[in-house]
Amino acid sequence: MAVLITSPSPSLPPPASSVGVVGWLRANLFSSVLNSVFSLIGLFIIYKTVPAAINWAFIQADWVGTTRDACTSDGACWVFVGVRINQFLFGFYPPSEYWRVVTAFSLIGILVAWLLVERTPKKGLVGIFTIFCYPVIAYFLFYGGAFGLPAVETHKWGGLMLTLILATTGMFFSFPIGIILALGRRSSMPVAKSISVVFIEFWRGVPLITVLFMSSVMLPMFIPENMQIDKLLRAMIGIIFFQSAYMAEVVRGGLQAIPKGQYEAAEALGLSYWKSMFFIILPQALKMVIPGIVNTFIALFKDTTLVLIIGLFDLLAVVQAAFADPKWLGFSVEGYVFVASVYWVSCFSMSRYSQYLEKKLNTGHAR
Amino acid sequence: MSNSSKKQHWWNNAQHRSLFFQIVLVVMLVGIVWFIASNTMGNLEKRGISTGFGFLSLKAGFGILQSLIAYDESYSFGRTFFVGLLNTLLVSALGIIVATVIGFVVGVARLSNNWLISKLAAVYIETFRNVPLLLQIFFWYFAVLRTLPSPRESWSAGESAFLNIRGLYLPQPVPEPGFSAVTWTFFLGVAVTIAIGIWARKRQNETGKQFNLLGLGFAFIAVFPLTVFFIAGSPLSWDIPKLQGFNFKGGMTIVPELTALLTALSVYTGAFIAEVVRSGILSVNPGQTEAASALGLHKSKVLKLVVIPQAMRVIIPQLTSQYLNLVKNSSLATAIGYPDLVSVFAGTTLNQTGQAIEIIAMTMSVYLFISLSISAIMNWYNKKIMIVER
Repeated sequence: MAVLITSPSPSLPPPASSVGVVGWLRANLFSSVLNSVFSLIGLFIIYKTVPAAINWAFIQADWVGTTRDACTSDGACWVFVGVRINQFLFGFYPPSEYWRVVTAFSLIGILVAWLLVERTPKKGLVGIFTIFCYPVIAYFLFYGGAFGLPAVETHKWGGLMLTLILATTGMFFSFPIGIILALGRRSSMPVAKSISVVFIEFWRGVPLITVLFMSSVMLPMFIPENMQIDKLLRAMIGIIFFQSAYMAEVVRGGLQAIPKGQYEAAEALGLSYWKSMFFIILPQALKMVIPGIVNTFIALFKDTTLVLIIGLFDLLAVVQAAFADPKWLGFSVEGYVFVASVYWVSCFSMSRYSQYLEKKLNTGHAR
Repeated sequence: MSNSSKKQHWWNNAQHRSLFFQIVLVVMLVGIVWFIASNTMGNLEKRGISTGFGFLSLKAGFGILQSLIAYDESYSFGRTFFVGLLNTLLVSALGIIVATVIGFVVGVARLSNNWLISKLAAVYIETFRNVPLLLQIFFWYFAVLRTLPSPRESWSAGESAFLNIRGLYLPQPVPEPGFSAVTWTFFLGVAVTIAIGIWARKRQNETGKQFNLLGLGFAFIAVFPLTVFFIAGSPLSWDIPKLQGFNFKGGMTIVPELTALLTALSVYTGAFIAEVVRSGILSVNPGQTEAASALGLHKSKVLKLVVIPQAMRVIIPQLTSQYLNLVKNSSLATAIGYPDLVSVFAGTTLNQTGQAIEIIAMTMSVYLFISLSISAIMNWYNKKIMIVER
C-alpha cells in the first residue's frame, strides 16, 4: 500500500549540543582543543582573583567607624577613606565654605547637562552664559574675596576639587587657543603657519612633567619681579599651553576632513575668511571632532595627577599624604583603590559617551 | 588685477592684509621674546645666578642609585646628564619591548572568538587605560614592592637569584677571554640574516617565490653562536650575589624603582597598544580575507600575506605614537625616585646648581629631539607606504 505524504514532515529540533547553554559554550568557549585550554586558563584566573577581590573589597570589609580600631576583619578598611573623605574631596578648604565648592560644581554640572542633553530649549543662551558668565561666578565662589565671601587662598585648595578645577580650566582655555593654532597651521600666511607649527610641535614633543617644572621654575624668571604669580596659576598656564597644542591637532584633523568644496563654496558666496570659518567650516569641523575632544579631555583629566610632583595637592597627592599619618599606617591599597575607582568611573563613562557620540554623529560624513 | 585694484582700497587687498597681519605677528613675537629675555636677565642678575653651561664641568658630589656608565660623587654635573639620559633610554627600551608583547597578545586576544578570553582582554584594556599612570606607578611601588621581605628573608631561586625590598638580585655573566668570538658570530649571523631577508624580499617581488627565513635565521642567529660558544670552551662565568651584612654584594641588581616604573609603563602602554592592534586588524576589509581564501591561500598564508601587511599600515603610525608617549611618560620616574633624566638632571642637578634655564632647556631638547626625529621617520614611512596604496 502506497503512502502519500502531502505536507513536509515537521523539522526536527536542532541537536541539543548546538543550542542553549551547551551550544553557546561549545561555540564560544570550547570550539577547539586550543580554545578549551585557553578557556580553562581564563576560568582559573577568574576563580583565583574575582572571589578574593570581592571578599576583600565588600564581604570582609569594614565600613563604619571613626578610628583604626574599627578595622578588625581581614578585608579592606574603608573607614580610612570614610574618615578623610572631606579632605580627599576638598583638600584644606575651610569646612564652613564647602557649600561654595558644591554650588560651583553643581552649577557647571547643570549647565553642561543642559548643553549635552537633546531637546533642551535656549541652548545658545545657556552656552553664552557658560562661556562668559560662569568662569566669573566660579572664580568668586572658589576664591572669594568679594560679595561677603571670605577669600580662600589657593594653597588651601586640594583633593578632587583641585583635580576638577585644573582639568576644566585647562580644557576651557585650551579650546579657543587650540582652534586658533589649528587655523594658523592651515593658514596660507607663512609667518602664522610657522609660528603655529613650532608652538604645536614644541609642546607636543615634551613631557607634561617638564612643562610643569618649567612653569614652576622658569616662569617666575620670565616676568617682572614685582609681578609674582601663584603656584596654582603657574601650573594652570603650563597645562593650558600643553593642552592647546593637543587640541590644535584634534581640530586640525576636523578641518582637514571638510571637503574642499565647502571652502570654495564659502568663498564663492563672498564670505570673508573669518566669516567662512565661523559660519561654514568650524561648525562642521568641530562637530566631527567632538569624540577626539572628549578623548583629549580624558587624557588631561588623568594627567592632572602630575601636579603632585610640583607640590600641588590634587586627589592623588592628598591620598598619598594621608598614608603618612602615623595613626593610619598601612592602608595604601585602600587609598589607591579609592582614587583609581574615582578616575576609572569618570574616564570610562566619558569614553563611553564619546563612543556614543561617534556613532550618533557618524551620519553624513561616512561614505 | 590692474583694473580692479584701482577701484579697490589698498587695505581691502588680500595680499596687503596678509602682509600687514604677518608684520603685526612678527612684531608681537619679537616683543614677547624681548620682554621675557629682559626680565630673565634682570631677575638672574638680582639673584646673582651666572648664565652659561660652565656648571656642567663642576663636581657633582651626589650619588645616583643606578648608573649604566661609571659614576660616583667625584664626576661632573655633565656626567649626571648622561647617566640620567641612559637610564631614561634603558627604561624606555625595556618598556617598549614589554608593552609591545603585552599589547599584541591582548589585542589579538580581544579579537578572539573565545568569548571568555575576549572579555578578559577587554577588562584588562578598560581597567588600565582609564586609571592615571602616576597612580599605577605609585601602586606598584608603594603597595606592591614595599611589601617584599627584608634582605635577610629574601625569596631566593636556586640560591643564585634573590628578591627582596631592596630589589631583584641576579647572577651577572662575566665574559672571559675568547667570548668576543661568540659576540662576533652573533652579529655576523644577524647581518647575514638581514642580507638574506633583503634578497628574499627582492626575489619575492620579482618572481613571487617565497622563502622561509625563520629556520635559516634561527640557525645563523642562535645555533652558530652557541656552537662557537661550546667550541671555545664556554668562556663565561657567573658572578653570584651573596648576602654580606645587611645587603647583597655582587651580581646584577634591578632596583625596585626600575621594576615598578617598568611594570606600570608596560601595563599602561600595553593596554593602548592592544587597542591599536585591534583597530588595525579590524581595519582590513573582510573582503580581503575572503578574496585571499577564494584564491586558495592557506589560512596562515592569508594572515601573513594579506591581513598583516595591510593591518600594519594602520598599526605602525599609531604604535609609534604610543612608543613616543611611553618615552615621555618615563619621566614620571621622578615621582618614585628612579634616576631618569628628569629626576637626576632636572631634579637633583637643578637643585644643586640653580641653573634652571639651562637645565630645563637641555632636558626639553632631549625629549624634543627624540619626538621630532621619530615623527620625521614616521612621515617618511607614511609617504613610502602611501605610494603602494591604490
